[in-house]
Amino acid sequence: MSLNLRELSQRAQGLAPGHRACAGCGFPVVVRLLFAVARRPLVVVNATGCMEVVTTLYPYSAWPVPYLHNAFENAAATASGVEAAVRALQRRGRLSSPPKVVAIGGDGGTYDIGLQSLSGALERGHDFLYICYNNEAYMNTGIQRSSATPQGARTTTSPVGRVLRGKVQPRKDLTEIVAAHGIPYVAQASISHWADLGRKLQKALEVSGPSFVNVLTPCQPGWDYPPEQLVEVARRAVESRYWPLYEVEGGRYRVTYVPREPVPVRAFLEMQGRFRHLLGDEEAVEALQRWVDANWERLRAREAKDH
Amino acid sequence: MSRRRVGLTGNEAVALAWKQIRPHVVAAYPITPATQIVERFSEYVAQGEVDTEFVAAESEHSALSACVGAAAAGARVLTATASQGLALMHEVLYIASGLRLPIVMNVANRALSAPINIHGDHSDTMGSRDAGWVQIYARSVQDAYDRTLLAVWVAERARLPVMVCLDGFTLTHSLEPLEVYPDEAVQAFLGEGPPDGYTLLGGEPITVGPLALPDSYMEFRRALAAAMERVPEVLEEGVRAFRAHFGQDLPPLVDARGTEDAEVALVVLGSYADAVEQAALRARVRGQRAGFVRVVTFRPFPAAPLREALRGVRDVVVLERADTLSGLGGPLGVEVRAALYDLEVRPRFTDVIFGLGGRELRDEELDGLLRAGPPGGVVYLGVEGSRVLEPA
Repeated sequence: MSLNLRELSQRAQGLAPGHRACAGCGFPVVVRLLFAVARRPLVVVNATGCMEVVTTLYPYSAWPVPYLHNAFENAAATASGVEAAVRALQRRGRLSSPPKVVAIGGDGGTYDIGLQSLSGALERGHDFLYICYNNEAYMNTGIQRSSATPQGARTTTSPVGRVLRGKVQPRKDLTEIVAAHGIPYVAQASISHWADLGRKLQKALEVSGPSFVNVLTPCQPGWDYPPEQLVEVARRAVESRYWPLYEVEGGRYRVTYVPREPVPVRAFLEMQGRFRHLLGDEEAVEALQRWVDANWERLRAREAKDH
Repeated sequence: MSRRRVGLTGNEAVALAWKQIRPHVVAAYPITPATQIVERFSEYVAQGEVDTEFVAAESEHSALSACVGAAAAGARVLTATASQGLALMHEVLYIASGLRLPIVMNVANRALSAPINIHGDHSDTMGSRDAGWVQIYARSVQDAYDRTLLAVWVAERARLPVMVCLDGFTLTHSLEPLEVYPDEAVQAFLGEGPPDGYTLLGGEPITVGPLALPDSYMEFRRALAAAMERVPEVLEEGVRAFRAHFGQDLPPLVDARGTEDAEVALVVLGSYADAVEQAALRARVRGQRAGFVRVVTFRPFPAAPLREALRGVRDVVVLERADTLSGLGGPLGVEVRAALYDLEVRPRFTDVIFGLGGRELRDEELDGLLRAGPPGGVVYLGVEGSRVLEPA
């Protein structure tokens, strides 16, 4: 599956202009690529969050496809219902070209409040794609910590004070939790590596059964980087191996991008206001580097077992 | 039309109704005392007796969320729950009605925790009374079956979700004779699916569930209220169609007996209608002019027919299995009183709370209440030192 940017840009049927996403927001990249690579009609189910709020302000909608927003924690369950309806109506001869159901939620709606709903839908085996646009905190409500927030990051509920210096706990590895469900396709991707992301979305759309793509999607106000540096900050997350790009297809792990000369995690941290307080703390930065290295080694070892 | 006469429990009767309705999607989660509805229906699916897509959700919240997704896709959708399950669905109840989705849910009425209790009362559905769902309370197993069929017709024409409530254990687990209509008659009554409404699967890029700010939110909510105001009309039409298809009469809003000359009228909801109607008849035999009113549809509230039925009655006694914990008695009593406020001559009023958590109401208690004369205020029947509000 090779993707050609020029071709994609012509096929792309993006979000309509006029949506209210911030300058330097990452998720429109994900949605545009999704539309560009889809070869079937889509129905989108969206969890409450930034994406829903900025694209569906009544009486306007930025969505060029059928779209349903139910609540915060139930995008996967809602998608289950849409998919069940597709099957049932097709069986009764009332639907000729069945669309693919795509659920989209942020890390709040996916890692935290929607985890049960996601797990249930994955276990039941519905034919749908779940995309997590992961910006590593509850950005819509004003930057509160989530279980996707990395250790040390400043959020409004993990502030930097005299006693506590940002988030105490390391982030949860949701991609691994999803992979443990044994579904046909799981991937981790970043908006900076568009061809990799596009290929993963395409594969995820084309498998039969549940698929999941966890996309690192920077948030300008939440991470505090210059808006024009959106792609660069995401790129450094990948180049530092802070956010490895990999997929699990039929249970087999494959790292889809190996940085030739990985940059230190500091290069990722120093672009963002949320880590500013850490930069003078050599020990904290080193601890984060050790965590990044250990994760990477574990992933590579897992991959080696499958090849 | 050839009917079959069989013996079924309330839950079995509802599951049979579901099979005959042929929903496209059922998404549900088992909970006592509604469990057998889902169990029995799963059997029908497993045996190929119905080709419904059955989503065995991992919680009630997800079950109703899946119902919302399926109904927004244009499917005919059913579910069932009770008690804690309905409480867990609470958030999504408002979304189902706000999106004008014709979902039908059977609720096996059960008490709420704490303390935990699996037996019948109306605390669960009363907690959902302002969620924008039509609420219908069944009197018998036959009524639960009939009203479930009717609810689909009404939901799909009013474009509102409907709860059909049947009392936990007293109906869900009681074996009663049931007249079953032929499958073809049910199909002729209901057709293949919602006759109109939107669908996510029609190819049009519709956006369902947008963000509405203060400039538009109130219009959506007013439209929902207007839809609810039209329900009595839809129900009237529905029971006419029901009679035409099945030869069965169903009172749509209230069922009043002997209130024309009554000095005392007993008002009740759900399966205790039988016991309460019998008590009114016994009082008549004793020479006391007693009447009986069963509230069939609680949402929208049938204020006009209640006013009509209770005009001129000296004593109105509401008997109910829920409490508002407001000091004003139970929710049925509060609303009946509100409905009677506009009468030129207002009756004396007694609110009797009974049967919480499945406590039985004995005939002697009802007879004692009528013999002594309704005391006014709020009475917790069968509890020591129960009178809490003196009549004004």
